[in-house]
Amino acid sequence: MATELRRADVVIVGLGATGGVAALPLAQAGLDVVGLEAGTWLAPADLSPDELRNNFRGWPQSVQKANREVPTHRPNASAPYSPRPAIHPMMNAVGGTTLHYWAQSWRLNPWDFKVVSETRRRYGASKLPKGTTVEDWPLGLEELEPYYDRVEVEIGVSGQAGNVKGAIDPRGNIFEGRRTRPYPMPPLRGTGYTEMMAGAARSLGWHPFPGPAAITSSRYEGRSGCVYHGFCNRGGCHVSAKGSTAVTTIPKAQRTKRLTVVTEAHVTSIDVDAQGRVRGVSYRKGAEEFFQPASAVLLASYTYENVRLLLLSTSKAFPKGLANNHGQVGRHYFSHNQIATVNALFPRNLNTWYGLPAQGIAVDDWADDNFDHGALDFIGGGNLWVYSDRRPIVAANMSTFGRAPRWGAQWKAFIRENADRGNTAYLQRTTLPYEDNYLDLDPEVKDPLGFPVCRITADYKENERRLADFIQDKMVQWYRAAGALATEKTPVGTMGPTTHAYGGTRMGDNPETNVVDRWGFSHEVANLGVLGASVMGTSGARNPTLTAQALAWRTAEHLAANWKSIAG
Amino acid sequence: MSADDPARSDGLSRRALLGGVGAAGALVALTEVFPRGAGAAEAQTRRPAAREPLETLTQVEADTLEAVVARLIPTDASGAGATEARAAHYIDRALGGALAGFGQAYRAGLASIDAYARGSKGAPFPQLGAADQDAVLSDVERNTAPGFEGGSAAFFAMLLNHTLQGTFGDPYYGGNRNFVGWDLIGYPGVRLAVTPEQQNLDAKVAPTHMSAYDYTMFSGRKPARAGLDAKHDPHGD
Repeated sequence: MATELRRADVVIVGLGATGGVAALPLAQAGLDVVGLEAGTWLAPADLSPDELRNNFRGWPQSVQKANREVPTHRPNASAPYSPRPAIHPMMNAVGGTTLHYWAQSWRLNPWDFKVVSETRRRYGASKLPKGTTVEDWPLGLEELEPYYDRVEVEIGVSGQAGNVKGAIDPRGNIFEGRRTRPYPMPPLRGTGYTEMMAGAARSLGWHPFPGPAAITSSRYEGRSGCVYHGFCNRGGCHVSAKGSTAVTTIPKAQRTKRLTVVTEAHVTSIDVDAQGRVRGVSYRKGAEEFFQPASAVLLASYTYENVRLLLLSTSKAFPKGLANNHGQVGRHYFSHNQIATVNALFPRNLNTWYGLPAQGIAVDDWADDNFDHGALDFIGGGNLWVYSDRRPIVAANMSTFGRAPRWGAQWKAFIRENADRGNTAYLQRTTLPYEDNYLDLDPEVKDPLGFPVCRITADYKENERRLADFIQDKMVQWYRAAGALATEKTPVGTMGPTTHAYGGTRMGDNPETNVVDRWGFSHEVANLGVLGASVMGTSGARNPTLTAQALAWRTAEHLAANWKSIAG
Repeated sequence: MSADDPARSDGLSRRALLGGVGAAGALVALTEVFPRGAGAAEAQTRRPAAREPLETLTQVEADTLEAVVARLIPTDASGAGATEARAAHYIDRALGGALAGFGQAYRAGLASIDAYARGSKGAPFPQLGAADQDAVLSDVERNTAPGFEGGSAAFFAMLLNHTLQGTFGDPYYGGNRNFVGWDLIGYPGVRLAVTPEQQNLDAKVAPTHMSAYDYTMFSGRKPARAGLDAKHDPHGD
């Protein structure tokens, strides 16, 4: 029998990137907030520069809930299942994956909110790929801008603005949407390698710029500036320069005395009353079961767990899962078209042993609709990104570009000469939702509590494949302009479990095709909000976290401002 | 420790001092293995790297594993390889912890390598000459060696992956002894802070020869051996 706890105003399920942000405006509005987090607090001393632990062993210092719930994947409903990875791409802790993410903190570009109408306007409706279920967002960049701004200040984003109140600054991204003010901090410093690549981009007539990151480029609100030690990539920050919610919005919310953080809380269902309104959340902490009553619930676990928890939370009012009477939970799923990349081999050492994935140079000339697609057979584009970051095991795993075998004396000679001469780009591209890409519950595979894990049925379609090829060619061109001896394009891959998982609880005005409304609240359950990239209907060509966080702030602020009508 | 400026904290000054001692110690150890003027391979023949007590594998399994990793990353004129890094020790130890799930695969796979060596070359793998050993391993890599459950290529890929971990991973885990793996590829080592100059194209950055857990900030929270293992360092975040 579950222990029923004292009623809270709001329960947030998951204190990661989005739940950790949403807690702050709610607590500041004076609401009593309970944050349920499956993981624990991790201290700076837990965030060691240890490649084996960080990059290969699934963060054994954290609670292993996510690793026991890795989604299954098949490319389509009649294809065999892909091998199931041993490690979930996300992890459990206060702060969630913001503890070890790359922290690239982009705003989407204006086009990303209006893919359908802009494509129709510029190229005609037939240009939209067959089978896509993409819709325009119910809001534009200008409506989200104040929330981007607020989150950038709270978590501390470094960057070079390219468009402040319409004034274009070529040191930044000239394709950026209008901002009301510059970033709170200047961009992370460049390196010899990133400056070399910026010069090569300019020689092609492109517009390189340092990308934005939720990492301090200087001392900021009591946190150290970045120390560039080279273990940021899936490692945590031992000086708290990374703007994880664990060191920014969550402690700030705690200082209001309105946020209670409950760690090692494994949420098993969101429960409703006879009228179909959410009444609280059931969770386990060790062997004990608790019921946390609340006037409103914000679901903020991650795309896979958001969908899974909704589908597992069945009731008389919602027999197919909470907020799923229209059958939209799990639909419009997509993961970022970012696997296909380019490796390059240079004739000189690059000295990229240190730095971080966010210390880099971007090119947006081939992103979104920043170039004419009239003669091309796809829509969307890609952001090209090169950066200074390499650790020794991954260095030893570098491609040999067909110049050496994978082991033995010849390999050893190759790696000895070239370990610091290889580089791999990060290419993020527009990805669209399709009819037959979706999430549901796996019919066979279960977690240790006996609940089905999430199942992904999804693959890249023609638009994503053509776009990947086009963007890889641009990256090859860039590397060659910088003097690369050899380049190779890697395969596009498939849509297995990923850190960039979108959709499943999409946001939109039409309840027939969307789970949440323009404010992030369920069309079917007024006091249930959903946070995270699971509400996003398009990907853009850049990391999702800042957008998910801006939306989370907006949803939380809307809840506080309309408390009586939503929770009353 | 203070989050303000780790480079100037007392802890780091002490660590830097310890690092100096550690680096000198490593240099001495390297000199023992590779006397100046002697070819590395010759040195290796004269003075094989000391083996640690076995934790999970049998002596026969360990002998095969040692012989295999010595071919994957050989000791040669260019310097130390997986033998000196003690990659086999890393694997033996990890099979009792983070890689425990692969124990059965190792026992079966190493036995299959030996069986294939005897069948195709007439002697157990460790007793074959280098050319024959390489021929056997090539067949295992190409999935043409019989007797491997799930195919020999899968076992080879796992073995190579773990040999790289044991040669280039943090020495805390029992491999990369004396930082020979990091020195081989020119990795200048774990630092808690990096200067702008150290990121210049032509910077000459001296190796630290320190494990993450040689830094006092982390020495109190050494990882347990439990944990999962991915086949690849997943790209993208």
